Amino acid sequence: MSTPTSVASTSVASESVASTSVASAETPDTGQEARPSPATPARVHRRPAWHAATVAEVRDESPTARRLVLDVPTWPGNDPGQHLDLRLTAEDGYQATRSYSVASAGDDPRVTLAVDRVDDGEVSPFLVDAIEVGDALEVHGPLGGWFVWRPSSGSTRPVQLIAGGSGIVPLVAMVTAHAEADDPTPFRLLYAVRTPEDVFFRPELDAATAADAPLEVTVVYSRTAPADATVPAGRLTKDALAAAVLPPEDRALVYVCGSTPFVEQVLRWLGELGHDVADVRAERFGGS
Amino acid sequence: MTRFDGNALAGELVDVLGADPTTARLRCTGCGSLGSLGETRVYRTAMGSVARCHGCDTVLVTVVSDGVRRRVGLPGVRAASIA
Amino acid sequence: MATFTRGFGGRRRNEDDDRTPPGQTLVRDWPVLSAGATPDIAPADWSFSIQTESGVHEWTWDEVQALGVEDVTVDIHCVTHWSKLDMPWRGVPLDALFAQVETSLDYCMVHSFGGYTTNVPLDELLGGKAWVAFEADGEPLEPEHGGPARLLVPALYFWKSAKWVRGIVMQADDEPGFWENAGYNMHGDPWKEERYW
Repeated sequence: MSTPTSVASTSVASESVASTSVASAETPDTGQEARPSPATPARVHRRPAWHAATVAEVRDESPTARRLVLDVPTWPGNDPGQHLDLRLTAEDGYQATRSYSVASAGDDPRVTLAVDRVDDGEVSPFLVDAIEVGDALEVHGPLGGWFVWRPSSGSTRPVQLIAGGSGIVPLVAMVTAHAEADDPTPFRLLYAVRTPEDVFFRPELDAATAADAPLEVTVVYSRTAPADATVPAGRLTKDALAAAVLPPEDRALVYVCGSTPFVEQVLRWLGELGHDVADVRAERFGGS
Repeated sequence: MTRFDGNALAGELVDVLGADPTTARLRCTGCGSLGSLGETRVYRTAMGSVARCHGCDTVLVTVVSDGVRRRVGLPGVRAASIA
Repeated sequence: MATFTRGFGGRRRNEDDDRTPPGQTLVRDWPVLSAGATPDIAPADWSFSIQTESGVHEWTWDEVQALGVEDVTVDIHCVTHWSKLDMPWRGVPLDALFAQVETSLDYCMVHSFGGYTTNVPLDELLGGKAWVAFEADGEPLEPEHGGPARLLVPALYFWKSAKWVRGIVMQADDEPGFWENAGYNMHGDPWKEERYW
């Protein structure tokens, strides 16, 4: 593992720049980052690269979303929470690139994504409505070692995952990895959707809940709740959030993912509820 | 106009901020605070992407791409720590 | 390495149209591009200033309007490949503002509320080539499109038409503004496709 390097910006001429580097060697490994720390056994660092990919499987995930499984022969594997940049090239050479979180994790060259259709989007309508098994595209990854949870890190801190809509994608990778590794870390997932039809990866979530690794999943509905719901549908409130998540004194590692407005609202509330912002990592999917 | 966070710039900043850009720690020239790229506020438009300090809004990083070359600016970064 | 993806559509191109610069696509709507929070300035709080080697001249909203508002119809070309033809605007020509200012400096750094800057040579703002504009398409400029006032310089790529314009600082040399530092061309002539550096 290479030692951290510091790059001094050349624009600051008048100040004496002390090139500070974070003493990452002393940071305890909480499993929060993809890069290995000296505390864990040496592992291959997966450097991002462009890879050729073929669509191996497509299936509807919800009325507006589709699951795509890509066959990526040169994929070096990815940690739970990472993403990739997916690039489409038209015959005239025009290219469009979009980031998608990876729902799968590990060394498997089959990479699972879930794409939600954005109205007037350039790429998502094509991926949800038009792409077929056998189609070729390119992916750049694995990316994003900051928004990551790895099993078997040795950390005893519980983990709280909070997903808004399609924000479930990187979190289901974490949940699945947690279950497959039989990791004893207490995991809680709060999953906010509009209607029951909008839930993604239900089989994976059910399987993970049934597995031995401790996992509690709470789904809340903003528009239509299922008939057997204990809580009626309604927009997520600060009180509902407080009731569903681990309290600040549990010092959980928190991961929040969803649209930018959802994430920012949740982060604001977590701060107001007393959570330490240093324990919260977020990934914003844009949108309004 | 949509707003993201620094996770969205991981692909474009590979090589500039190491192989794992979202874990790069950046010191802001505006407020002096130190934070991960993942925590920055990123605005993406067809003109380019801008990552702003979540504390003081100073523009930390700019990325402009023409499809062939990528131009990366670090106007608000005093220094960066890369693993 | 570029693998074509079957069925993925490319951008429309407009061929043989001598009003559309190379590499542009015509649009009828008006795309919004913004790399930061949108400033919210009321005309009552707005002012425009020109700083020269001898001092600063400032005008309020009403004082700028009093210099004479013109109706102009122009084509705009964004470096992001869209062009909009025959767009009606209302604004005050920079000629009227510079008529009240003396300077021997040749270059302008245009400043916006929110911190953005862009550079333009003075002679490209004079001679009926640029306005401080308040209305577009018959309506007061929306904040997301640069309202209450933006610069309008149709002969250059539209990023030079600085949104939320607040003033100009005269300079002896042509220095890069925000996007010019970040990767865009110092000049920005759409007909020569001066997009990047």
